Amino acid sequence: MIPYAAFVFNGFFTPFMALTLDDVQRAAHLARIAVDNAEAETALTQLTRVFGLIEDMQAVDISGIEPMAHAQDLMLRLRDDVVTESDQRNLFQSVAPEVDAGLYLVPKVIE
Amino acid sequence: MSNATLQELSAQLAAKVCSSVELAQDFINKINGLNKDLGCYITVDAARTLAQAQAADARRAAGQAGPLTGAPLAHKDIFCAKGWLTTCGSKMLSNFVAPYDAHVVERCDAAGMVTLGKTNMDEFAMGSSNETSFFGPVRNPWNREMVPGGSSGGSAAAVAARLAPAATGTDTGGSIRQPAALTGICGLKPTYGLVSRYGMIAFASSLDQAGPMARTAEDLGLLLNVMVGHDARDSTSLQRPAEDYNRDLAKPLNGLRVGLPKEFFAAGLSADVQKAVESAVAEYKKLGATVVDISLPNMGLSVPVYYVLAPAEASSNLSRFDGVRYGHRAAEYTDLLDMYKRSRAEGFGAEVKRRILIGTYVLSHGYYDAYYIRAQKLRRLIAQDFAAAFKQCDVIMGPTSPTTAFRIGEKSSDPVQMYLSDIYTIAVNLAGLPGMSIPCGFDGSGLPVGLQIVGNYFDEARMLNVAHQYQLVTDWHQRAPKGVA
Repeated sequence: MIPYAAFVFNGFFTPFMALTLDDVQRAAHLARIAVDNAEAETALTQLTRVFGLIEDMQAVDISGIEPMAHAQDLMLRLRDDVVTESDQRNLFQSVAPEVDAGLYLVPKVIE
Repeated sequence: MSNATLQELSAQLAAKVCSSVELAQDFINKINGLNKDLGCYITVDAARTLAQAQAADARRAAGQAGPLTGAPLAHKDIFCAKGWLTTCGSKMLSNFVAPYDAHVVERCDAAGMVTLGKTNMDEFAMGSSNETSFFGPVRNPWNREMVPGGSSGGSAAAVAARLAPAATGTDTGGSIRQPAALTGICGLKPTYGLVSRYGMIAFASSLDQAGPMARTAEDLGLLLNVMVGHDARDSTSLQRPAEDYNRDLAKPLNGLRVGLPKEFFAAGLSADVQKAVESAVAEYKKLGATVVDISLPNMGLSVPVYYVLAPAEASSNLSRFDGVRYGHRAAEYTDLLDMYKRSRAEGFGAEVKRRILIGTYVLSHGYYDAYYIRAQKLRRLIAQDFAAAFKQCDVIMGPTSPTTAFRIGEKSSDPVQMYLSDIYTIAVNLAGLPGMSIPCGFDGSGLPVGLQIVGNYFDEARMLNVAHQYQLVTDWHQRAPKGVA
């Protein structure tokens, strides 16, 4: 077991907000992943540990600092508004679970 | 033949000592022998490989061969390769035959390289041990009870076991460098933006970067020369004049300032790793370098920052896997919502689900500022630490991994333990800097140790020079595990 507490963190075992099973189930719903109760319990234990790791970020003073999304300050490149792609629908749909007449088939949404 | 480096193979092919077909067949035979024990490759397709080799030989006969035409190469199974099963180590894509090539694959094909197969990896590149793959773990060729590291574990093990002279890998938090260290090979993560991510299945878009893995610094440069190039289809791909990354290999190192961050040598580092890294630094002093003590004061934040940002980006990137257009779809479902939920629950493994849940939570209403935006700000602090350090030194060195290879199963029950394997590599991805690992020794039980070299933005040519000069006076990079060619 790596004794990383000395190197990195203090307060590792004191999460500032406790995750609940509801939080896990809500995240699972947002992420569209089915999680049964047993899995949710295991996930809760593990996620609580990971959030313990993350909590040490909270103590740092970040006033006046800009968020950094990218190492280089880049402008998003623009291109001319012309069609450059060719129709490869058959090729791309050859790997689809269910297609018909060029359409992807899914269960009906509106009853 | 198969113990040769990429450079040596290039010379042998040019001198017609062997043909691409003979070379490819040699590797195919060895893969058939060893792959079932090591698990390096998920997909091998001898017919496809030999067809490419024949085309390379024809190109050479027509006088149109380049330096790497006919040279064999393994691709991490994260790169879409047209006509090849491309699984990303996941059940979710276990039936996905890519209908197009990644930019990296296009460039390697254009150079005439011959694809040996698709290598095993942690599922969706999430892992540091290659134990989360749907296709089974990869075993470290130095000791088959041990992990090779991850997520590019298959690529690393294939190169170490001489089942490929070189391989492509990807690195989001250390996934090229850490497995290179644990398997005694060389791996380089370029400056963010140099290598196109088009066709490279996305994990964390602001951190992912493809790079070469091979047995020498010179070979890394040869493959990097092929992989780097602007691609309009990747909005983060940089436009820069082409360069030969091996142009400075022969430069002497007198006057090189090597920064040693004190945070890289604190508690948590194994004694054997520390000793091997310190010996390497001593060797660099003999080569003319001076050592500068530096500090990266916000290093301790890198793991928590990463485990907010990377899962957040992953939760977004992996939302495309919904069973509609490709990949796994559940066999039974009641409605569309149920189809999404079951397909994703069945298709993703536990670590991937865990990270998606973390990412979803930190991006959700009420938590976005407290977690995601805060992490992005701390990321800037970490990058600023490196910028300050590079005013005092030319390259930064330290251990790549806090330990040597660990036992399969040893860390898989506690995710946090596994995350800490990347403690020295993660900050480099957060800052977007180039980083590499080269072998620098062994621990008491014969497991490899890696030296990490971090350079300033776009300084890959200097890093390769620094690594190459060390490899001229040491032979760690030439050692082979028992039981391979």
